[in-house]
Amino acid sequence: MPSMQSLDVQLRSATTTASPQVRIAEQEVAKLIDISKCIGCKACQVACMQWNDLRDDIGTTVGVYDNPIDLTDQSWTVMRFAEVARDDGSMEWLIRKDGCMHCEDPGCLKACPAPGAIVKYANGIVDFISENCIGCGYCIAGCPFDIPRISKKDNKAYKCSLCSDRVAVGLAPACVKTCPTGALQFGTKTDMVARGEKRVVDLKERGFQQAGLYNPQGVGGTHVMYVLQHADRPGLYNNLPTDPTISPWVSLWKGIAKPLMALTLGVAALGAFFHYVTRGPKEVDESADSGERTVTRHDRGA
Amino acid sequence: MTNHWVDIKNTDLAIIMGGNAAEAHPCGFKWVTEALEYRKAKLIVVDPRFTRSAAIADVYAPIRVGTDIAFLGGVINYLLSNNKIHQEYVKAYTNAPFLIKEEFAFNDGYFSGYDAEKRTYDKTSWGYQLGTDGYAMIDESLENPRCVYQLMKTHFSRYTPEMVNQICGTPKDKFLQVCELIGSTATPARVMTILYALGWTQHSVGSQNIRTMAMIQLLLGNMGRSGGGVNALRGHANVQGITDMCAYSEVLPGYLSAPTDADDTREKYTAARTPKPLRPNQMNFPQNFSKWHVSLQKAWFGDHATKENDYAYDLTPKRDGAYDVLAIFERMYQGRVNGFISQGMNPLAALPNKKKLTAALSKLKYLVIIDPLRTETGEFWKNYGDSNNVKPEDIKTEVIMLPANCVHEEAGSFTSSGRVAQWHWAAAEPPGEARIDREIIGSLFMKLREMYAKDGGKFPDPIMKITWNYANPLVPSAEELLREISGRALTDVVDPKDKTKVLARAGEQLPGFGMLQDDGSTACGNWLYCGSWSQAGNLTARRDSNDPGGLGNNLTWGYSWPANRRVLYNRAGADPSGKPWDAKRGGIRWDGTRWVGIDVPDIAPTLGPDSGAGPFIMTNEGVARLFAPALNEGPFPEHYEPFETPIGTNPLHPKVVSNPVARVFKGDMESFGKSEQFPYAATTYRLTEHMHFWTKNVESNAIVQPAQFVEIGEKLAKAKGIGNGDEVKVTSNRGEIRAKAVVTRRVADLTCNGKEVLTVGIPIHWGFIGVAKSGFLANTLTPYVADANSQTPEYKAFLVNIEKA
Repeated sequence: MPSMQSLDVQLRSATTTASPQVRIAEQEVAKLIDISKCIGCKACQVACMQWNDLRDDIGTTVGVYDNPIDLTDQSWTVMRFAEVARDDGSMEWLIRKDGCMHCEDPGCLKACPAPGAIVKYANGIVDFISENCIGCGYCIAGCPFDIPRISKKDNKAYKCSLCSDRVAVGLAPACVKTCPTGALQFGTKTDMVARGEKRVVDLKERGFQQAGLYNPQGVGGTHVMYVLQHADRPGLYNNLPTDPTISPWVSLWKGIAKPLMALTLGVAALGAFFHYVTRGPKEVDESADSGERTVTRHDRGA
Repeated sequence: MTNHWVDIKNTDLAIIMGGNAAEAHPCGFKWVTEALEYRKAKLIVVDPRFTRSAAIADVYAPIRVGTDIAFLGGVINYLLSNNKIHQEYVKAYTNAPFLIKEEFAFNDGYFSGYDAEKRTYDKTSWGYQLGTDGYAMIDESLENPRCVYQLMKTHFSRYTPEMVNQICGTPKDKFLQVCELIGSTATPARVMTILYALGWTQHSVGSQNIRTMAMIQLLLGNMGRSGGGVNALRGHANVQGITDMCAYSEVLPGYLSAPTDADDTREKYTAARTPKPLRPNQMNFPQNFSKWHVSLQKAWFGDHATKENDYAYDLTPKRDGAYDVLAIFERMYQGRVNGFISQGMNPLAALPNKKKLTAALSKLKYLVIIDPLRTETGEFWKNYGDSNNVKPEDIKTEVIMLPANCVHEEAGSFTSSGRVAQWHWAAAEPPGEARIDREIIGSLFMKLREMYAKDGGKFPDPIMKITWNYANPLVPSAEELLREISGRALTDVVDPKDKTKVLARAGEQLPGFGMLQDDGSTACGNWLYCGSWSQAGNLTARRDSNDPGGLGNNLTWGYSWPANRRVLYNRAGADPSGKPWDAKRGGIRWDGTRWVGIDVPDIAPTLGPDSGAGPFIMTNEGVARLFAPALNEGPFPEHYEPFETPIGTNPLHPKVVSNPVARVFKGDMESFGKSEQFPYAATTYRLTEHMHFWTKNVESNAIVQPAQFVEIGEKLAKAKGIGNGDEVKVTSNRGEIRAKAVVTRRVADLTCNGKEVLTVGIPIHWGFIGVAKSGFLANTLTPYVADANSQTPEYKAFLVNIEKA
């Protein structure tokens, strides 16, 4: 998404320019995903495709209901189905809507070397500004939830924008709007935390003693939160990280490597500029694309 | 639904059985989640598979496919044995106290009166003992051994938890847990709702499946109450509307049974359908049959329907046999049908035994397809490799395709499962050459009439004399049609009690079916929808969400048939004195002079508690029937195995295994498979990502569920060496399909009658046309046999074998 003037940018990747501060404070927002109410209907996936003009490939069935099988540049959210055996021989079918968690302390943004390619708005939404993206994939290394995906089509990173364009004009994200069971809710972070805590009380009454709200503090809390029946074991939900933190390599990169890299990039950009002046625009894209892509997509556990 | 979608939020206990509401009705399912969150309700799911509904249920109990009556019979036995019934309700509002004839009996799987040769029952013995006054005799103490209550106790005493386990494979503790929860709603303070769908109807005992649950709801006193009822969740968005309009051959609009050859005069026809009261002071509402029928004839034939010609009775066809969809295709199979118009239907995909259907369609001279999409039926003659391996050169049928519109490309009314008709407006124009269905039928009709006018014909009258006064006869408008369905006064309608009082002036739209007459003064296309377009205008177009009672009845939103009533039998939601069983969830109450409340009373508004009139006004007893002779298998439900049974016997009566009155066409008995050759129980069903066979044409649906698969349990996978995602071949005695395997612990492995029963689950959505990955029609596998009352095919329980492909 491009930058939205009606949403103030609070953080901007690889930038030292100060954030705007004139407007009255925007309230932080959050999406609450109540897994105890989710039936895995995938209406959210379709709404996401339709609002954001995305169409993934028509894939195949590999033995599970998950389709598309993973997040892609075209699929910014997918349902992940987990069959979990209980001790008494019965089972649970835990269905988790996966997608960007919109961390308060976003690892992707920290890792990003491209000025303004990743921003965090004052309302908490972390957004990729595609035209600034150089396709380096460092956001993937920075993300503790394995969310961003690089497109093969344009070599840029994509992920859920929490429908920042809708939120900017006072609408709920498309997935929330379409959810038939109320499993997805959207509002201020305060309200969503309160609602989540209320749901936890209900779940405890229904016998889920370890129910809880997933709002991991290792990333400063998130603007997408889960109500989990088993908050003590997030891994049951298709490997949701127990205590997600930003990889230490990102800090290292920020502290030492980034200035060096920035210099390299600066040189590259300067080179590109002269290239442009002397040869025209087409080759500029090629040189921008030559950045090293060291990060591969993580395969999800079965 | 006896209740409606929003009302589900008022329940204390929702049971989903014979359906998978979360999967097939995700939007309506939200009311279940509301009940769970805001009423602290519990959710039970009973299903052969751990479904999406089960994913958020409090209790899940597995069951073998096709054994629902055994399970529910066990629940009835539990309720009766443990006195978990609503005594006052059962005594006052059901036929539990009614005495049954001495000749009635049930022995070794048969009720009295069976004729093995004809596969039917003589129902003479299935009746009440009548007193000298002609009314049924009753014993309010419920102690007479011939009263329904005692007969029921005896009948269901065989359905012990052990027997339920033996037949259904359901673990005894799970079954009893379900029983206890159900039993907890026998008190006036608690109420249960049941949500079912095609998982109950699509069996050779489909009607009896539903009836067994209706009996449970009556025993618990849950009928007529907010948050209760027996709720059929319809399979397509407007399938409620199509059944109400009776757009099939066995019935006329408004569920009026269509005349047969035996009904050679209107008098005979009407007499056979106008019941006499069986108890004193009852409303016996079907006594008005003649008014509904004459008004229908007037709507159809106008001035051509007169008293002298018996309201054009001779112009409507008389049935000379069965005309349900299997009977039609059987005739076609026998070469007795020349032409077939398939409008908005894809029978090759939707009906059982594709091989037989293909042979049937190949014998037609012509086939007309009216559909917005390309369908498998329209291309049954084309070779699509293994998915449709036919020889086009051998098929002579001429196929004509008429592209029609999708529903959102025209205005009209839509009736939800909850009987609420809502007007919708066209959102777009049909693309390309597509025309709206009304235009196609209108033009076809006008052309036929022109040909009859020019050339004459054997019997032109029905075509020439039908009323067709539309502004544009080639395209009758949806508004004109709804006005016609709703009905109007043809001459002034006067109050029968006071002839000086005019109730409706000639030409006015009628306010409701209470005003219909059988003297030719009213016309009404469907008595159930009478009043939906009154003098106040199109009531289905109302969108006022005002909800005075807070129970979601929303009387000013759309129009709910009958009479805008939201909860059927709501008189039974109040006790005999007229006080709601539960003050917080009361629909109507007696205020001393009339019925008042937040719903339209399901009883004459001034017929008070002292009148003795029962709440079930559509029966001639005035009460609900726990003993119901209308059904063809017997007045009490009995467990019969599916025609293809994995255990090969019926533990209750080994000599009568399957439904003894289900119709089997010549040659079809041989097409059934045996468990020796086809050892696995199979069932077909839908996935939430798709809508029937339509959305395989839609890219976004195809993306989220792209390719055909079958689901098997881990035990079966291991036995057959099948891995997750492997290609498998599934065969029945009628054909084979290939699909990917989804190996899952969600498919229950059960032990029934000492035998291990493993199940293969077969989602239906794929075929050889569409943007989703090409696949096989699941109904290649299903058997050509149906329920003995509604003739709904047995798609839900049959036998297959499975191998790695």
